[in-house]
Amino acid sequence: MELPLSENRRMKVDEFDSGKMLTHAARQAKDRNYKDFPIVDVDSHHYELESFNEILEYMTDPVMRQLAQSANAGNSKGVGVMPGGVGYQDMGGRVTRYPLRRIEKPEPGAHRDVSLTRRWMDAMGVDVAVMFPSPMLQLGLHPQVEAEVALAWAYNRWLCERVLAEEPRIRSMLYLPFNDPEASFRMVKEFAGKKGVVGFMVTSARHRPVHHNSYMKVYAAIEELGLPLAFHAGYNWNEQSMALMNKFISVHAIGFVFHNMVHMTNWVLNGIPERFPKLKVIWIESGLAWLPFMIQRLDNEYMMRSSECPALKKLPGEYITEMFYTSQPMEMPRDMSLLESTFKCIKAESQLLYSSDYPHWDFDLPSTIYDLPFLKDKAKRDILGGNACKLFKLGLGGQKLAKVA
Amino acid sequence: MAEVFVAKVDEFPDGERRIVSSGTHEIGVFHWQGQFYAYANMCLHQGGPACEGVIMHKVEDVIGPDRTWVGQKFSDERVHFVCPWHGYEYDIKTGECAADKRLRLKKYNVVRRGEEIYVSV
Ligand code: FES
Repeated sequence: MELPLSENRRMKVDEFDSGKMLTHAARQAKDRNYKDFPIVDVDSHHYELESFNEILEYMTDPVMRQLAQSANAGNSKGVGVMPGGVGYQDMGGRVTRYPLRRIEKPEPGAHRDVSLTRRWMDAMGVDVAVMFPSPMLQLGLHPQVEAEVALAWAYNRWLCERVLAEEPRIRSMLYLPFNDPEASFRMVKEFAGKKGVVGFMVTSARHRPVHHNSYMKVYAAIEELGLPLAFHAGYNWNEQSMALMNKFISVHAIGFVFHNMVHMTNWVLNGIPERFPKLKVIWIESGLAWLPFMIQRLDNEYMMRSSECPALKKLPGEYITEMFYTSQPMEMPRDMSLLESTFKCIKAESQLLYSSDYPHWDFDLPSTIYDLPFLKDKAKRDILGGNACKLFKLGLGGQKLAKVA
Repeated sequence: MAEVFVAKVDEFPDGERRIVSSGTHEIGVFHWQGQFYAYANMCLHQGGPACEGVIMHKVEDVIGPDRTWVGQKFSDERVHFVCPWHGYEYDIKTGECAADKRLRLKKYNVVRRGEEIYVSV
């Protein structure tokens, strides 16, 4: 295929193999002896629209299914059943794996998602990857609640049967159609215990408050199962204040934190952690720099206005440091002491979970954690895999599943 | 200093690049507007293959005489190569990182011997 470049030039590319593109990652894995300890990637992705026809087969509502299949088949207007949006993750083709994915071939006999996922996992030395969809991160913005429910149901069934059942190294926290609390509850009941399901996930770009009473039975069900609940960040360029920003960098930098800030504020100040003390919560893909900010802001105001938050038995920041965080996109400040303080502030040694976000444009390799000068070996290994093994009860027993050269 | 063969000039068209290795050195060699440039194929960000991505002219803002923003264009002179992993851009003539010129890739000398191109390592 040909990639369009500046000044009407083109670059011809005949083949693409993400394993080859990640040769340097494989070298890092070897040089750093990743063979000696497990690495768990708590936030990685696939592109579900590549398998959309298969997924739609799992839709139970025949009318919705036909509507979606028809929109998917004859889509020349760029509209259809999925809420789309403007986005430039590929950076004008500079991040070449976006356009070149189309010509990447899976291993014969394996499902494309399984094959491509194993390829990058082995290159990076990742043993277990918790995998999420990509465009569905926007599904919480769907104007039709019933469409969110139908798509989530179909996707989860497809994922369990076609991907998680085939490859034990791939796990997932399943999508909850959160605009419908009852359907979310049914989802938890239906899918808990299925092979590869290690928790449930709420996409953060949406407009329902997490402290609403209708969610309490959902939280109770997940708490009872002992599984984590994750909030996966996303941006919404149509959000009124986000729409003030004219660049993708702006809306990505702020948007991926904004929704999680709102949900975390509601979560903590309404005392949800007091009501569900055993519920393990993970905040995904907002980086780390927002956390010292949240802790300082909420603690400071709480000291003056505790009457508004009678459910709290300690400072908001103390609840925040009991929750879990994925590492990516880990901000690398010029002054590394800022990152060191952040790690200390969020009790990273026990609460931080390595994540790559691969294949998305701002992915992080395990070396982003492994090479940190202020971490001891044990902390590195815990963040890269030990904490996740414990949280998800993975029971790997120190086994190395990735093929590290 | 050892020299590593890169290519014959007539098999290395203008606008293309070659990746060569010698021991621990992995080097990207660019042929751009009649000149050859060579840099370590090791991105300063997370160690990606910095020289293996696309070659793009620098993007520039066009600001009017009244300081309003008029639009954008590709630079007539500045050209970057882009690390394919996450998009770090490097000046093809200097190896400087476009976003922070204090950073630059290790540069190698390119030697032309007759019709053949070599890099010194
Ligand atoms: S490794 Fe080159 S841009 Fe990240």
